[in-house]
Amino acid sequence: MAHFTKATSLHDWLNQRLAIDTLRRVLATEYWIPKNINFLWAMGMVLAITFAFLLVSGIFLLMYYQPNVDLAFDSVNYTIMQEVGYGWLWRHVHGVAASVVFLIIYIHMFTGIYYGSYKKGREMIWLSGMLLFVAFSAEAFSGYMLPWGQMSYWAGMVITNLFAGGSLHADGLVEWIRGDYVPAQAFLNRFFMLHVLLIPLAIIGLIVLHFGALRIPHVNNQDGEEIDFEAEAAKYKAGDKANSKVIAFVNDFMSKDMMVVGIYLIFFFYLVFYHYDFAMDPVNFDPANGLKTPAHIYPEWYFLWSYEILRPFSTDVGLIAFAFAQVIFFALPFLDRSPNAVPASRRGLFKFWFWAMLIDMIVLTAMGKVPPEGMFSAIGFYAALTFIGLWIALPFITKFEKKV
Amino acid sequence: MKELFILAVVTVFTLLTYYLVEPFAHSQMHKHIESEGFAYKDLPALTKKGDAEHGKELVMGAGACVGCHGIKAEGMPAPMDAVTAAQSYGVNPPDLSTAGAIYEPKFLAALIKNPAHALMVEHKFDESKGQMHPMTSFYGAGGDLDQEIADMVAYLQSIAPKAEEVTPAMAFENACGRCHAIHYEYNLDGELHPSWTQIGEKPVFKKKQDELKFETKVLDYQEALKKYMGTLPPDLSMYIRSRGEHYIKTFVENPQNYLKGTAMPRVGVNAEAAEKIIEHLENVGDSKRHKREEVGKNVMIYIFIFAIFAILWKKEVWRDLH
Ligand code: HEC
Ligand code: HEC
Ligand code: HEM
Repeated sequence: MAHFTKATSLHDWLNQRLAIDTLRRVLATEYWIPKNINFLWAMGMVLAITFAFLLVSGIFLLMYYQPNVDLAFDSVNYTIMQEVGYGWLWRHVHGVAASVVFLIIYIHMFTGIYYGSYKKGREMIWLSGMLLFVAFSAEAFSGYMLPWGQMSYWAGMVITNLFAGGSLHADGLVEWIRGDYVPAQAFLNRFFMLHVLLIPLAIIGLIVLHFGALRIPHVNNQDGEEIDFEAEAAKYKAGDKANSKVIAFVNDFMSKDMMVVGIYLIFFFYLVFYHYDFAMDPVNFDPANGLKTPAHIYPEWYFLWSYEILRPFSTDVGLIAFAFAQVIFFALPFLDRSPNAVPASRRGLFKFWFWAMLIDMIVLTAMGKVPPEGMFSAIGFYAALTFIGLWIALPFITKFEKKV
Repeated sequence: MKELFILAVVTVFTLLTYYLVEPFAHSQMHKHIESEGFAYKDLPALTKKGDAEHGKELVMGAGACVGCHGIKAEGMPAPMDAVTAAQSYGVNPPDLSTAGAIYEPKFLAALIKNPAHALMVEHKFDESKGQMHPMTSFYGAGGDLDQEIADMVAYLQSIAPKAEEVTPAMAFENACGRCHAIHYEYNLDGELHPSWTQIGEKPVFKKKQDELKFETKVLDYQEALKKYMGTLPPDLSMYIRSRGEHYIKTFVENPQNYLKGTAMPRVGVNAEAAEKIIEHLENVGDSKRHKREEVGKNVMIYIFIFAIFAILWKKEVWRDLH
């Protein structure tokens, strides 16, 4: 057993038992971050804050929500929105945060892609990030079922139908997932459980893994420069902060994170109070009705690009394309054959690949929402082919990339 | 300045995506219909000046209005209770006390002359095929038809409350309440209002038996209404959020605009009454909107101050780092 002495202060008492000074050093004051980074590196912190908003607002909603097909709609739209003090605020915060978190996730992902932050030892950061993306997608989808509105019901119907696997006709699997022939009480209950317990637990675990994965490789920087962290840290600690290429996570980087968070919160709360409609589809304010199919069924905006990869093809081909789209981002660190972990602007053909991918996903997103008719289905079809084509081309164009 | 450039790039792509999935996609999914300001241009203007005295005689006599409608303002109760009326006509003919204040005068005139035409339900009620609208047309009491109709309209206006006395709830109950329920209670100026059923406000019951009796009546009414309309008109509790103000206004102005062949009649309300109906739907479905604005302002001020302090802190910390 370790040797304990009479504590001189509460700090000392805790320090003997929890080594808080060491923890603080390792996790904060001597956790080195490159100085040469821009505000895009604050997106991780913005995500963490947004997740905290989701968690806290969700806990408040949970106190009044009723997971019952007859009560769910009114418990949200009447009890929470109109009776409970500030219930409307929690709901709007939760709804807007659920949408905005995906905007930030996409910015965060494309930042990683642009700066090549998924290779040279950062593969686990990328993979844990992708697991977070999948977990967030499941969290958003299951949450969308809970108000039991028209879009909850019909999106639940359409998405669970995908598990029939087209001509595989695995209807048994679909029924097993739903716990019934159609979305009903069993379905609502299990998605409720997933949304408030299992998936949040998984997300918290994955965030820890993601942060852990960052500790050894450190984050990348704007120029993809390889930094000798030990030497630069020594410079910093010797007092030559101005010439050191690294800064401490706390307070140096944290102060910049907080500046970005402050500006982000202006945007966030503007949406919460004055522009929440985009995040809460009007159609979902009609109670679920299994006998009345809405004129247009579409997922929330952040799923539209993958939905559009499914839609333009025949059922089986569409499902394969969809499955491909769901997993292919996991493979990015391995499909990119170039050793350069530098900004895309310095990587020859990859630069065009990056912008083409970004624009293609925006086109897919737009086409996923509009009715699949005439020109829109043609655009959607070619955009989906482009998506697949770009991924097939990636290993080839990166293989022949010049080393910088 | 590189950071500002990056911020500009991120903002442009974000706004582009927003534009495509929201305004653009919605313009492709829903046709846009402009309100005509409840002018009912297809109906002829009233040319005759009405005489309310004579109108009263007609409404009580030859016009036969009170054979089907009550006029509480004149101490005339409805001839039948709501359920019996619905079982006879399909729907309970509304009390006419407020008609002069909530309906456009030329609409009232057109309604008296030919209900199916004014209500835009001729696709359901074609007299030549013997499908009579439950409200009979008025063919005249021997004098000049248009004059007689103008007189009745003048009478209805003379007994109606002034426009500013019509509350949002009154406008809704009289114009829409015989078909649409609103099961959400709502709080207005500290007073709790009960839910609305097609046969009136749901009272507070002491005994379960009374409550069940009331609910049975509502169900009987709804059954008759469903037979008449082909579908049960939806509960409008959350429609201010699911359809929004613009849609509801233009839909009420002319339901055929959006749902060709629908059984919902053109109700013929005037512009002020339409505003009030919207306000009522907001009171019910978006009751915290004033609070939202108030809290929103305070939160924005707080967040601005937070952001300023955050920026100052960053400047302070980074002074040694450059
Ligand atoms: C035979 C019964 C009957 C008679 C007579 C009758 N009504 Fe009606 N009236 C109805 C019914 C039924 C409705 C509801 C129709 C519906 O909603 O489809 C109605 C609806 C109305 C409305 C509401 C229309 C709207 O836009 O929602 C007004 C106003 C009205 N009647 C006025 C009159 C006046 C004025 C007279 C006398 C000239 C009259 N009614 C005579 C049965 C009658
Ligand atoms: C005579 C009965 C009747 C009256 C009076 C009536 N409605 Fe309706 N309403 C209906 C019916 C029936 C439907 C269902 C239409 C359908 O699905 O075809 C409907 C549907 C609606 C809808 C939904 C439209 C949609 O897009 O699904 C709204 C909104 C609405 N009514 C508003 C009103 C308002 C506001 C009033 C009063 C100004 C009113 N209604 C008066 C019968 C009525
Ligand atoms: C919503 C959950 C997420 C949270 C809370 C989160 C948080 C963070 C944080 C705090 C950082 C360090 C600071 C920064 O570079 O921004 C980071 C880095 C990173 N994240 Fe995430 N992240 C999440 C999701 C994702 C996703 C979905 C991906 C992509 C698949 C991803 C990929 C990365 C990469 C590659 C880095 C390293 C960046 C670099 O080295 O420059 N993260 N994340």
